[in-house]
Amino acid sequence: MPLTAVNDFVIRFANVNGSGSASANEMFARAIMRMGIPMSPRNVFPSNIQGLPTWYEVRVTEAGHLGARGGTDIMVAMNPQTYNADVAAVEPDGYLIYDSTRAMPPGKPRTDIHLIGIPLTAICNKEYSDPRQRQLFKNIICIGALAALLDMDITELEKLVGEQYRTKEKLIQPNIHALHLGHAYAKANFKCPIGLRLQRSDKVGDRILIEGNAAAALGAVYGGATVCAWYPITPSSSVAENFTKFCGKHRHDPATGEARYAIVQAEDEIASIGMVVGAAWNGARAFTATSGPGISLMQELFGFAYFAEIPSVIIDVQRAGPSTGMPTRTQQCDLINCAYASHGDTKHILLLPEDAAEAFEFTAGAFDYADRLQTPVFVLLDLDIGMNHRLCRPLQWDDARRYDRGKVMTAADLEAGKDFGRYTDVDGDAIPFRTYPGTHPTKGGYFTRGTSHDARARYSEEGVDYVEGMQRLLRKHDTAKGILPRPLRRDADKPTRFGVIYYGSTAPAMHEAAEILTARGHTLDLMRVRAFPFHQDVASFVSDHDFVFVVEQNRDAQLRSLIVNELDIDPVRLVPILHYDGTSITARFISGAISDRLDALKVTPLRKAMS
Amino acid sequence: MTYLAKPKFHHPSLPKNALGYTRRDYEAATSTLCAGCGHDSISAAIIEAAFEMAIEPHRVAKISGIGCSSKTPTYFLGASHGFNSVHGRMPSVLTGANLANRDLIYLGISGDGDSASIGFGQFAHALRRGVNMTYIVENNGVYGLTKGQFSATADRGSKSKKGVVNTDNAIDLVAMALQLGATFVARSFSGDKRQLVPIIKAALAHRGAAFIDVISPCIAFNNHPGSTKSLDYVRAHNEAVNALDIMIGREAITVDYEPGEVVEVTQHDGSVLTLRKLNEDYDASDRVAAMNFLQQEAAKGRIVTGLLYVDGDADDLHRHFNTVATPLNQLNEPELCPGSKALDKINAGLR
Ligand SMILES: Cc1ncc(C[n+]2csc(CCOP(=O)(O)OP(=O)(O)O)c2C)c(N)n1
Ligand code: SF4
Ligand SMILES: [Mg+2]
Repeated sequence: MPLTAVNDFVIRFANVNGSGSASANEMFARAIMRMGIPMSPRNVFPSNIQGLPTWYEVRVTEAGHLGARGGTDIMVAMNPQTYNADVAAVEPDGYLIYDSTRAMPPGKPRTDIHLIGIPLTAICNKEYSDPRQRQLFKNIICIGALAALLDMDITELEKLVGEQYRTKEKLIQPNIHALHLGHAYAKANFKCPIGLRLQRSDKVGDRILIEGNAAAALGAVYGGATVCAWYPITPSSSVAENFTKFCGKHRHDPATGEARYAIVQAEDEIASIGMVVGAAWNGARAFTATSGPGISLMQELFGFAYFAEIPSVIIDVQRAGPSTGMPTRTQQCDLINCAYASHGDTKHILLLPEDAAEAFEFTAGAFDYADRLQTPVFVLLDLDIGMNHRLCRPLQWDDARRYDRGKVMTAADLEAGKDFGRYTDVDGDAIPFRTYPGTHPTKGGYFTRGTSHDARARYSEEGVDYVEGMQRLLRKHDTAKGILPRPLRRDADKPTRFGVIYYGSTAPAMHEAAEILTARGHTLDLMRVRAFPFHQDVASFVSDHDFVFVVEQNRDAQLRSLIVNELDIDPVRLVPILHYDGTSITARFISGAISDRLDALKVTPLRKAMS
Repeated sequence: MTYLAKPKFHHPSLPKNALGYTRRDYEAATSTLCAGCGHDSISAAIIEAAFEMAIEPHRVAKISGIGCSSKTPTYFLGASHGFNSVHGRMPSVLTGANLANRDLIYLGISGDGDSASIGFGQFAHALRRGVNMTYIVENNGVYGLTKGQFSATADRGSKSKKGVVNTDNAIDLVAMALQLGATFVARSFSGDKRQLVPIIKAALAHRGAAFIDVISPCIAFNNHPGSTKSLDYVRAHNEAVNALDIMIGREAITVDYEPGEVVEVTQHDGSVLTLRKLNEDYDASDRVAAMNFLQQEAAKGRIVTGLLYVDGDADDLHRHFNTVATPLNQLNEPELCPGSKALDKINAGLR
């Protein structure tokens, strides 16, 4: 029996990079969204395999599960190089769509899946003589055929073609023609639809489809960033590239055309963070975007900015480490390196957005937090959020919102006789006042240094001055806990001894896993942590449960370590659930792993075991 | 060591500049460097230059790396904002600061270790970007602060205090700066105040990347007979190409030397550099000639000093970026935030 389902399947396109498949695939995904059906696309692009194969996966999910599901129900196998592996990856009773123009590459044929051969090359060659057209339209013909096979509304595809080529009208008709070529072939040669199909729905609502990196870049524009310094690195480059694009549109003086921003592609990450620190010291909102290797290089200046109290924003789009690791694969592996970045006793602010909408909000907010707290703020995205389009609630901005520039003493303040001590805690919140350089001819000047200093920014090697400063920095982190995004707690209907803590891109898979576990009779309370240092609620959540699973995407249970370390919690009570093979974490994995542990834990409840 | 404030005692007869400030207003804490250190003479020259130019001290941002040289911003322009950054990273910090507020004067102070070793990359890139700044390397050929190791500017064959001979080739930062596109390149000597002060003034008035290599003997570790950066060696091998006068503003220039020996360079802000040529073939507006001359003289064992190259029409990074005239750090929500309507449009395009 072939797989049958409505609005609930995973289709994967195996392509050759640069063959024009990306825009065709994206159009396919968007058409599903336009039919009101939630879906979640993901790019898979290894960085080091010859011939540059890429995969594009679309999870169609009426239920709105946007995490990766795992497995492939329909494989569109267009890359001869990966063909055998792709065939092997199809779920039993799933479908394989391939180009039947030439004989299939040798390999063990599968009898447990359904083959749909479409002579794409032949159709193309008959229709087009230009080799470039043949290549490009092949992808469109394929999408047209899929529309018939899956019962997709072809008018949605036609509309998307029209939108895509709004400025190149000559291309609209040929593309629509190509869609219909594929559509007609499939209709004529196969029973349409197949078992897996689409049906118009209303589950998308007003949601938008956007990459986390683009959303973060928009957050930087809305948050008032004027200086961006960066060095290219996957998967973060598109943050700076999008910032450049959005600034080009929204940040030029309408009268003069002059730029209200400066973007430097620096010589390396050390220079990037140096520029950010220099600009922020001088009163501009500045940020850099990087990934793990860049974070490693920036360490010395993170410590400087922490100790000299300079606001700076770092967007870290995490990828699998250590070292070059798996540069095009996702992980949540930089938490500890960012939280305690640099030598000596340091601690930094981390923001942990779950999706593009939060990437926008947290990045815009990061500039307020950095200015308010006068310290580096890390926005931790990862490849899964950053480089994939994801459905999320529309981005929102309150026009009444004002930037919080923090405690800045002005020339008027100084003139009025306000006492200025750069590192003096005047308000009891451990946050001192600063001045922007050049504020006042005789007052407000101070020396910024990474050597130890007293409360008035004077060089001092006196132990008391040093300890006082270091203690104040700790107290400043306590202040931060009340300012940063709070953890979100979602309790089960019934009381339970078990809780789960998770964060970032794990969220959609975790929510789906919770449904699966509930269906299996397991009740769990959930808490999504959104910032470091941890709010008091995190400690309460742990103390409310016997065991708390900490679900994350790294080998060493980094968030768990931070919780144990910062909240002084007995590690036995925090059960690590770890997924770190570089693929996106799935609900199948989480629910399986938690079920197993629950079964084991239920044998000896903690309270009994300890009594 | 603690911060030592000098008593600010203003004698009524102290000379005042156009702003009514005395030299004292450009001084700062007492130096803690070794008595006789060349770096202190450079600090004195900076104080003199800023005083003579009547620069408002608080409009100067003095930024440095790490080293004895990089400590010196504590010892001049006490009313300026100072930033003692990390080793080798002054250029990037200065670049960022400059982007944030184009209206301040940026003075970068570095050492030969700071700029030719750990910070060689940042030195190069800040110059090639044309950051509007005065970049001074206080060059003693050693790591003073870490007690006398060779630096990358130490000449091949020169001997350390411990008797070790340097077998590595030396980096000539002036040659590098010329190649990298700095639009003002000069070399001077900490002991030659008459040459150094006008060069610093001219560099401060220059729009674009101004680089000055100041040979600055380290009394503690590099002032012995085997050193090519010792006081005596530099005095004996100094080859000055020109003598420099600078006029800020366009007042009448009075020259009291033969017209045939004088070249004038007008800069963006109207300042006029008057170069009295000491060397007849020297043309400070020709980058290629400057590079050749430098190499030829180096081969003869001579250290060329003076203003080696200046481009009066130079551009800077802000020009390249076409940034607004208002400093970026003064822009607010109305100029920076596109607002909710624009966001609604963006949202609509993403459905
Ligand atoms: C990352 C780092 N490495 C090493 C040092 C140690 N260090 C301090 S100053 C210095 C050399 C300074 O030499 P230079 O810039 O020539 O300054 P000078 O003291 O000679 O004026 C070194 C290696 C440091 N501060 N930071
Ligand atoms: S060690 Fe050398 S460079 Fe450092 S202060 Fe002493 S003389 Fe100057
Ligand atoms: Mg030195």
